[in-house]
Amino acid sequence: MTESLIPVLSPAEVFEISSPGRRAVFLPELDVPKAELPEELLREDLPLPEVSEGDLMRHYVHLSQLNHAVDTGFYPLGSCTMKYNPKVNEEAAKLPGFTRTHPYQDHCTVQGNLKLMYELQEYLKEIGGFAGVSLQPAAGAHGEFTGILMMRAYHEERGDTKRTKVLIPDSAHGTNPASSAMSGYQAVEIKSDERGNVDLEELRAHCDDTVVGLMLTNPNTLGLFEEQVLEVAELVHGCGGLMFGDGANMNSIMGIARPGELGIDVMMFNLHKTFSTPHGGGGPGSGPVGASERLARYLPGPIVVKDEKCDCHKEKTSEVSETSEVYACYHLEMPEASIGRVKAFYGNFGVFIKAYTYVRMLGAEGLKQVSEDAVLAANYLLVRLKKVYPLPYDRTCMHEFVLSGPLPQAPDVHTVDIAKRLMDYGFHPPTVYFPLIVPEALMIEPTETESKETLDAFAEAMLKIAEEAQENPDLLHKAPHTTPVTRLDEVRAARHPRLRWKPS
Amino acid sequence: MSYIPHTDSDRAAMLAEIGVETVGDLFLDVPESVRYPELKLPDPLSEMEILRELRALSEENADLDHHACFLGAGAYNHFVPSVVGHIIGRSEFYTAYTPYQPEISQGTLQAIFEYQSMVCALTGMEVANASHYDGATSLAEAALMSVSVSRGKRCKIIVSPTVHPEYRATLRTYTRGSDLAVVGDDDLTYELDDLKALLDDDTACLIIQNPDFFGQLEKANELDQLAEAVHTAGALLVVNTDPISLGLFTPPGEYGADIVVGEGQPLGNPLNFGGPYLGLFACREDYMRKMPGRLIGETVDTEGRRGFVLTLSTREQHIRRERATSNICTNQALCALAAGAYLAAMGKSGLRKVAELCYHKAHYAAERIRQIPGFSLPLRGGDKGGSKLFFKEFVVGCPRPPGEINEALLKRGIIGGYDLGKVLSPLSLGTVLDRTVQCQRTRDLSKGRDLPQLEDCMLFCVTEMNTRAEIDRLVAALEEVAP
Repeated sequence: MTESLIPVLSPAEVFEISSPGRRAVFLPELDVPKAELPEELLREDLPLPEVSEGDLMRHYVHLSQLNHAVDTGFYPLGSCTMKYNPKVNEEAAKLPGFTRTHPYQDHCTVQGNLKLMYELQEYLKEIGGFAGVSLQPAAGAHGEFTGILMMRAYHEERGDTKRTKVLIPDSAHGTNPASSAMSGYQAVEIKSDERGNVDLEELRAHCDDTVVGLMLTNPNTLGLFEEQVLEVAELVHGCGGLMFGDGANMNSIMGIARPGELGIDVMMFNLHKTFSTPHGGGGPGSGPVGASERLARYLPGPIVVKDEKCDCHKEKTSEVSETSEVYACYHLEMPEASIGRVKAFYGNFGVFIKAYTYVRMLGAEGLKQVSEDAVLAANYLLVRLKKVYPLPYDRTCMHEFVLSGPLPQAPDVHTVDIAKRLMDYGFHPPTVYFPLIVPEALMIEPTETESKETLDAFAEAMLKIAEEAQENPDLLHKAPHTTPVTRLDEVRAARHPRLRWKPS
Repeated sequence: MSYIPHTDSDRAAMLAEIGVETVGDLFLDVPESVRYPELKLPDPLSEMEILRELRALSEENADLDHHACFLGAGAYNHFVPSVVGHIIGRSEFYTAYTPYQPEISQGTLQAIFEYQSMVCALTGMEVANASHYDGATSLAEAALMSVSVSRGKRCKIIVSPTVHPEYRATLRTYTRGSDLAVVGDDDLTYELDDLKALLDDDTACLIIQNPDFFGQLEKANELDQLAEAVHTAGALLVVNTDPISLGLFTPPGEYGADIVVGEGQPLGNPLNFGGPYLGLFACREDYMRKMPGRLIGETVDTEGRRGFVLTLSTREQHIRRERATSNICTNQALCALAAGAYLAAMGKSGLRKVAELCYHKAHYAAERIRQIPGFSLPLRGGDKGGSKLFFKEFVVGCPRPPGEINEALLKRGIIGGYDLGKVLSPLSLGTVLDRTVQCQRTRDLSKGRDLPQLEDCMLFCVTEMNTRAEIDRLVAALEEVAP
């Protein structure tokens, strides 16, 4: 093995490139008289690193090079919609007129921000088929929690307090049970039928006057569209329950179907998935919530409201032209029976700018094209791979599909081995071991932004790995071989936690 | 423009392989009655057009590049060194996702591990994570975690009235579905001794903010006594703090905090009209297995090389997920990366210098404003407990309604302070109150007493970004607007 010129192996930690007296930032001198510092409140030591700017930049650039990212390669991580993140989004979100505004400025001085938020609310209402949208929740799981609290508020306002059960299909997203538990409810699992749909018989058996609602991921985590979605909604509504929609998989149905018209009462969007704002290495995302007519009044807030009568003219700043169209007025307001706020301020505004840019650049036709091509790409890969890999639910899929890892001809090779070996071929592995209802699941979501050549290269790697599994299983058991580190000892990490740097 | 690479012949080849005629054949599972709705959205724009439009929209705002800003109250105008933007601008960081596959995610994993280490150093705690959305949700999760630490046996959460009102509102939303009692802030005059008196066997935690919402620092001996009382009652002390203040002042870990939370935005993240921000969350090692969110731990690979993995982390999605007390995943990784880069760039001496600049400039501004006839500093030498020290924010009593003063300041290119009469307005708490009632509105939810000493008051914030010239301009403007 040849030595790499780039020191990618075991890079130093930032504390290890520190040396007393080094500095990366020089601040201006104090230009006012010194006040007396309260000695008794001062800290003795501040053990932060001391580094130069050049060393610091090089440190982080080296770290960045250890990552696989959408911009470095194919990332078919199921349910995460790792599509290309347009660079114009980033430019738009960096405009100082946006980034350099304070959330508590008078509404008349932030009309540009409020207009953008208002329009995004309107777009999401239109795309989802909802009566109201709140942009406040900061992530998908936050939106789930919000939706369940809104359902709670609805039942409580009606004095319907005996409802305690949230029905969750076994093909739903992983955080759904925790979200209902956080809201003080009991999660009840509903099994899938042999086609991967919610089992209607089992659902019927659970539908009674203790049901808060059902959390439906549609398309579900098998990548399948719920064939009897209207019947599911009818059953749940029929016993007085509400329908929560997990919108994580919206990338497959924009312009194809609107959740509001499928009977969904409240749903969260994932702007970082469907609307191409990047994932950031694990956030920030954004999880706006859309609601039907009867639940919109419980949305968290404040949300942006458009005024016909504008009260801003008198407070106009010199920066704002009187004739400007944005001068139609927007302000923040709590929905009528709001559950309250779910975080400080109004949501992840920087992320809204990116999603807004995306919707404006694509328009209705472009969004529909996205969903069509996302579904086309997934079905293409499905057809190519099912010839070799077991496909437990063999149906036309939506934007993703789920294979079962163990190959009949190589029973010793597990999903983890296939996933790790994919790294040697330059691909990020699919989501693995989820959903739980498929043994050794491999959940593959290619998205619409990958070329046919990339899809073909991935399919060929998967097929080659299937051959390797049979011929040389050890090659897979020890994979990956070409990454900056090999398999890491996760048991040791959990048993002997080292969670911060300590001088050795 | 939809960023799709497929040509028509690519599509035709894929459809042929699938064995269908048209792409529409892939959507037959969607009920026909609702299939293909017509979406009414604006016509698509080119990149040039959208940038032009967005630039114009952004310029309709009064931004802080064109205005002097004295507004804080939980979102702060601090300097962000250029290097921070270039680090988080690396698309190997921002186009990756949660580091589920450690072999190809060491960059994100190590960067967050370093962030965890620096937050521990800053707060004086032993474990920190990068999972929380903002200061408000960190605080709410800390309260729920305290209940979980008591194995659900304790159901009372005491929260100081000087905690940020939106954080208290968020805490109430988070506890809507539970049997928990949130007390302490129903009387807005409560001080530490009053909160201490509420401690009992049912108390899961006591939450304070230091520096508090009004910018004030608690006294060292009172904090020690408070921590002792909280621990004697078997409860946890939760401290919500401003990370910049920790460049100068005693970290909460040294005065007995069990969980430290706070808004991480001041560490290298722009104001961005309120988000995305970052919830600081750190605790003592004893409680690490109850900590909501995901942690990065150090380990070794099969060759014995150092590496990092997500650890103690699968609770919310997998193991006993229906019994989870939090649904938090990884959330603000890029904001945490910015905060880590900021802390490393500022370093030991830089962060202290930032905090000192804030402190001295704020005190200079406060003293100048106090000398203007009609203005006062009502919390300095207040009726209870004597005067407290403050860090970078201070309450100013005004001779005219704050809204009018801010309007006048805006005309002079200054974004003024936070109108404390609005503290508990519908905007911040979600209760419907009469907008015409001025300072009597400082009520919490439906019950609670007034805070008469804050009538016609505003909260000013001064940071290292404010030059002496700006402060002098503010003072001159206030002199003009005083009746």
